[in-house]
Amino acid sequence: MELVLVQILNGLQYGLLIFLAASGLTLVFGILGVINLSHGSFYMLGAYLSLTLTSWLGDIFLALAAGIPLAFLFGAAIEWLFIRHLYARDHLQQVLLTFGLILIFNELQRILWGTRPQSVPIPSYLSGSIKLTDVLSYPVYRLAIAGICVLLALAMMFVIQRTRVGRMIRAGESNREMVEVLGIDTQLLYRFVFAAGVALAAAAGIVAAPIETVYPGIGERVLIISFVVVVIGGIGSIKGAFVGALLIGLADAFGKVFLPQFASFVVYALMAAVLVARPGGLFGRT
Amino acid sequence: MKKSQSGISRRRLLELAGAGAVSTALPFARPALAQSGPIKVGVMLPYSGTFAQLGEAITNAMELYVKQKGGTLAGRAIQFIKVDDESEPPKAPALASKLVQGEKVDILIGSVHSGVALAMSKIAREENITTIIPNAGATALTRSLCAKNIFRTSFTNTQVGLATGQAMAAEGIKKVVTCAWKYAAGDEFVAGFAESFHLGGGQVVKSIDVPFPNVEFQSALAEIASIKPDAVYVFYAGGGAAKFVKDYAAANLKASIPLWGSGFLTDGVEQAIVGAGDGVKTVLHYADALDNPENKAFRAAYQEAYKKAADVYAVQGWDTMQLLEIGLKAVGGDVKKRDELNAAMSKASFASPRGPFKLSASNNPIQNFYLREYKNGANALIKTAVTAYADPGTGCRLSS
Repeated sequence: MELVLVQILNGLQYGLLIFLAASGLTLVFGILGVINLSHGSFYMLGAYLSLTLTSWLGDIFLALAAGIPLAFLFGAAIEWLFIRHLYARDHLQQVLLTFGLILIFNELQRILWGTRPQSVPIPSYLSGSIKLTDVLSYPVYRLAIAGICVLLALAMMFVIQRTRVGRMIRAGESNREMVEVLGIDTQLLYRFVFAAGVALAAAAGIVAAPIETVYPGIGERVLIISFVVVVIGGIGSIKGAFVGALLIGLADAFGKVFLPQFASFVVYALMAAVLVARPGGLFGRT
Repeated sequence: MKKSQSGISRRRLLELAGAGAVSTALPFARPALAQSGPIKVGVMLPYSGTFAQLGEAITNAMELYVKQKGGTLAGRAIQFIKVDDESEPPKAPALASKLVQGEKVDILIGSVHSGVALAMSKIAREENITTIIPNAGATALTRSLCAKNIFRTSFTNTQVGLATGQAMAAEGIKKVVTCAWKYAAGDEFVAGFAESFHLGGGQVVKSIDVPFPNVEFQSALAEIASIKPDAVYVFYAGGGAAKFVKDYAAANLKASIPLWGSGFLTDGVEQAIVGAGDGVKTVLHYADALDNPENKAFRAAYQEAYKKAADVYAVQGWDTMQLLEIGLKAVGGDVKKRDELNAAMSKASFASPRGPFKLSASNNPIQNFYLREYKNGANALIKTAVTAYADPGTGCRLSS
C-alpha cells in the first residue's frame, strides 16, 4: 500500500515534467503542422542553460527567470532561420531539417560544455526532504518541480483561453486556412508559437537539471516520450498533453514496480491501446 | 506522425585524424612495402550519448601515449581513424566493416558498449584482425567467444561483479537488493556479484531491473525502501550513475542502507556527485590514489595535457596502447605478421597505472581489485580487496 502511494507521487511528478516538455511539441505540431524532431534539443538547451545560468546567478529560479526569455528569443531565431521555410513542405523534409538541427545542437553542446555529466545545485532552502516512510524520504525539490509545472500549465491555460493571442492559437489549431483568410498575421503567430514551444521545453530542462544531472543526449529520451504524449493526448491539444503526460507518468511508475519485465514497454502499450480506441488521441479530432 | 518515433539517432561522426602523426611517410612511398606509411588504427568508440565521456577519456589517453612516444610505436607512425559508434549495436557491423574493409585498418580498437564490442568481435574473428577492447565488459568476449586476436585491457563484467561480491561478503553484509540496467552488461555484473556473494554467505533478496538507458529511478528507490536490505548493490555508468547516486542520497536512503557498486558508479562522474556520493563504496580495478610511479606519472601527464583528471577509462586507453606497443615491438612494426603480433601481446606483462598487468589464457587482464570510498569529490582508496584476480574464462578454448 505504502509503495502504491509513493508510486502515485512519483508518477504524477514525472508526468508533470514531461507535460511541460510535450506541451510545446503538441502546439508546434498542431498549429504549425511541423514535426519537430529537434524538440528534445531544446530540453537539452534548457538543462545546459540551467547549468551556466545557475553558476552565474547563483539560484535555479533566477536561472529559470532568465532562461525562459533567452530560450524564447532563441526559438524565434530558429523559426526565422529554418522552421518558417518548412510550413509549405511535406513531413519528410521537416524531419530531415529538424534531424539536422539535432546534430548541430549536439555538436554545439559538446563544444560549449563538454561531455562530462555535470550537476546543477539544488537551492539550499529546497534541499531538504520529507519523510514518507521510515526509511524513504521524498526530496522537497521534486515537489517544487511539480508545483512549478502546475503553475506553468495554469499560465498556459490562461493565455490560451483568455487572451487574444490564445484565441488566435485556438483558431489556428482548428482551422488554419480560415485564420489566414481572416487576415491574421500568421507569420508572427507561428513565430510566437514556435518560440513559446522552445521556451516550454527549455523551462522543463531548466527545472529538471538539478535532479537529472546534465549530460550529452539528455534531450533524446524526452523527445521520444513527448511524441508518445502527443499521440495519446491528440495532436495540438494542450489538455490532451496534460492528461496524456500524467497517464504516461503513472503507467511508467506502476509498470516498473508491478510489471518489471515489461517496464520499458508499458508506456508504448498504453499508446497502442489509446490509438486503437481513439485513433485521433484522447482529445484530438478524429 | 508514425515516422517520428523511429529514426531518432545521434549523429554519426567520422573523423579522419592523423594529419600530424604522418611525419615519416614519404610522398612517393611505394604501396608494396608493408613497412611504409603509418599503421592505421581503427577506433570505434562512443563520442555522443550516455557514454560519450568514456569514449573521450579512452581516446585522450591513447593519443597521449602515442604523443609521448613521438607519434610512433615500434618505429612506425600511428594514424588513428576514429568513428563514433553512438553505443548503437545495430550500427556496429557496418561501422566495423567500413574500418576494416574500407579504411583497411591494421588494428581495431573498441568499444565501450558491450553490444557494439560483440558485433566488432564477430568481424574481428572473420577478418583475423588484431582487436583490443578498451572497455566493454561483455563476459563472453573472453570466454566462449575468445580468440587469439582479441584482447581486452579492461575487465569482464562478471569479474568485477565477482570481486565486488567477495568484498561485500567479507564486510559481513548478509541481505542485499541489486539494482541495475536491464541489458547484457547489467545482467553479468549482477550474476557475478550474486555468485561470489552467495559463496561468501550472503543472500540477494531482490533484483530490480531498470530498462537501459532509462534514468528515472524513483520507483526503484521506493521498492528498495520497502524491502530495507542491509545494503544495495548497483551497476550504472556515466550520466545514469551520477543520477542514481544523487537520487539515492536525495531519498535519504544512504543513511539507513549503504550503497555499494562496481566502481563505474563513481568513476568519471566525480564532479557531478559532490556531496551526494559521500560514503558510497565501490570495487574496481583502479583507484585514483594508487601509490605507484606509473600511476603518478600517468595522472600528471594526463592532467597537463587535458586539464582534467584521468579516470579508469583513461587508464584502460593507456594500457591499450602499452599492450599494442609490446606487440608491435615484437614484430618490428610489421603488422602483417599477425600471428606473432598476437602471440607477443598475449604474453605481455607490464606495469600499468592500475598495478601489475598481464593477460589470462583468454586474453583478459589478471589484475588487482580495490575497495574505494567516495569522499569529498574523489574515490579514496581503502584497501586492495582482491589481488591478481582473473576471470575464470569458462568456455574459452585457447591453449596458451
